[in-house]
Amino acid sequence: MKTVIALIALMASSLSFAAGGSVELDEHKTDLSDTASLQRGAQTFMNYCMACHSLEYGRYNRVAKDLGIPEELMQENLNFAGKRFGDLMTTAMRKEDSKKWFGATPPDLTLVTRVRGGDGDWLYTYLRSFHEDKTRPYGVNNTAFKDVGMPHVLADLQGLQKLGCAPVSTGYDSLTGTEIMVDSCELAEPKEVLYLAEEGQLSPKEYDNLVYDLVNFLVYMSEPVALERQRLGWWVLLFLFIFLIPVYLLNKEYWKDIH
Amino acid sequence: MSKQKSPIMGWIDDRLPVTVTYEKHMSKYYAPKNFNFWYFFGVLSMLMLVNQILTGIWLTMNFTPSADAAFASVEYIMRDVEWGWLLRYMHSTGATFFFIAIYLHMMRAMLYGSYQKPRELIWLFGMGIYLALMAEAFMGYVLPWGQMSYWGAQVIISLFGAIPVIGEDLTTWIRGDFLISGATLNRFFALHVIAVPLVIVALVVLHLLALHEVGSNNPDGIDIKKHKDENGVPLDGVPFHPFYTVHDMVGIVVFLIVFCSVMFFFPMGGGFMLEYANFEPANGLKTPEHIAPVWYFGAFYTILRAIPDKLLGVIAMGAAIAILFVLPWLDKSPVRSIRYKGLISKTLIPVFGVVFMILTWLGTQPSDGYFLGMINNTTLARWLTAFYFGYFLLMPFYTRMEKTKPVPERVTGGH
Repeated sequence: MKTVIALIALMASSLSFAAGGSVELDEHKTDLSDTASLQRGAQTFMNYCMACHSLEYGRYNRVAKDLGIPEELMQENLNFAGKRFGDLMTTAMRKEDSKKWFGATPPDLTLVTRVRGGDGDWLYTYLRSFHEDKTRPYGVNNTAFKDVGMPHVLADLQGLQKLGCAPVSTGYDSLTGTEIMVDSCELAEPKEVLYLAEEGQLSPKEYDNLVYDLVNFLVYMSEPVALERQRLGWWVLLFLFIFLIPVYLLNKEYWKDIH
Repeated sequence: MSKQKSPIMGWIDDRLPVTVTYEKHMSKYYAPKNFNFWYFFGVLSMLMLVNQILTGIWLTMNFTPSADAAFASVEYIMRDVEWGWLLRYMHSTGATFFFIAIYLHMMRAMLYGSYQKPRELIWLFGMGIYLALMAEAFMGYVLPWGQMSYWGAQVIISLFGAIPVIGEDLTTWIRGDFLISGATLNRFFALHVIAVPLVIVALVVLHLLALHEVGSNNPDGIDIKKHKDENGVPLDGVPFHPFYTVHDMVGIVVFLIVFCSVMFFFPMGGGFMLEYANFEPANGLKTPEHIAPVWYFGAFYTILRAIPDKLLGVIAMGAAIAILFVLPWLDKSPVRSIRYKGLISKTLIPVFGVVFMILTWLGTQPSDGYFLGMINNTTLARWLTAFYFGYFLLMPFYTRMEKTKPVPERVTGGH
């Protein structure tokens, strides 16, 4: 039995290695209870993504209810397609057209975070990894998704990143406590990194926050019931643990005379 | 049951053997009193079977078995159907826990020789259940019509194509089309919700009838019917009801705690229970990077991949399952339980359990990876496949050769 447990532990630890892809992902600390963040994320999605990407398994009224958005507000400010409140969030763009324009139909994004490893990490990294690439049709490429067909829709907000040699932090000076910056191409293992070449409307911190909220919203969209599921889970476990007491005692009572 | 039968019960009993059946299978079915931890998994398998059938009935009420609508209907269940998400997670998590329970149940039989004479038929019916369950799980996995549903089915069904002469026609016949399509989905739906469940339930009934005919084995592997009291009741036996019903309740509640912890907090099981790629609708033009079967087929998939030749690989995989059927005739040991078997069996049985777990793990991993960063997955798979077959094929020899310990007259340990 002990060997079995040890083996399971061993396998579980090697799991974390297996999950890593070719790109190092930044962690998205998803917080589905942060309603304000989810609302901001929904706003960003409707304004910047919804023109091409649908959320075709979700409905406007469900999002409004879960995110605490009043019906009038949702219909007037977030439902640009003019759909009915109970409709699925499909897009007006025809699939044949978008395929012609982008080379591939923009995928539905309802489940994107589940497809991409079950959490928001990949998407959070991807939306912050666009960089200039003159060889691509839209002038940008992406380190998390090479040769992606999508233009950098949020470029006005983020500015333009380039991929090349730039100072990176290698830690902190033990005496002065100041950050040590070294050019990434002069490291022991030289590498090209993303750096901001042209500033956008938002500071890098503000942009990260915007993407954080957007990804938070899409994690919510992938499983709207997630919070309710966990809330209910605690009650079910509480019941089972309490139920275990009489069940255990009943068993003990019956078996006390069997030797 | 009261000694005085009520007139109603008497009236019924004259027409249908209710009391007699109840006594034969519950209140006067004497089970050994020394059952341990391993003996919970039979009833737990049954619990999961009931869970799958009940949640399955309600899922079919909202699932649409067509290539155009299946994927969306699953998301409809997850979002718009009242408690649909809970039914779906109970069903998907239930599949995994069904297999966990079944594998531990089979391990129990191997530990205590529960397949040995006179329980060969119980084992055969059990293997029939296992085989039907694999078909059931495979076809169920196709239904959500995600990328892994599609490509998993593509890989598994194409295996039949390796059979000489009839292979190609056979795969077309199974699919009902020249490629995996809506026709495949529809027939798998029919088989998954009606045909195979009927077979499983029928086999479970036979499994239990055969068990109750010869009586349960126990961790000592000895016959409790050799020592009976003046009423013909085995001295080491206790009536199944109420003793094992209250006992199993404890196991059931503990099992449900584990089950609910996973279902409510990790319903995707880290991508092992619900694979990430399966949240993308099936697309016959786009192959996923890494096609892997669900974890419970892992061991047999590893054996398939370990053999470089496709036909030989399919034969090896089939043989790996088939050899389990003849286990009762491979074990020549005069004793049943691992407790009294010789050193070789004592070592090999737990090692076999571990090997099966590693084979299962390898089936979910890319074949060019490294196990724990040390050994190439394919190399390891070949060694372990050799062990798997060696364990069974050499069993007639080492179980006869090794020196066994004397078996006690009465059961030991327990309560």
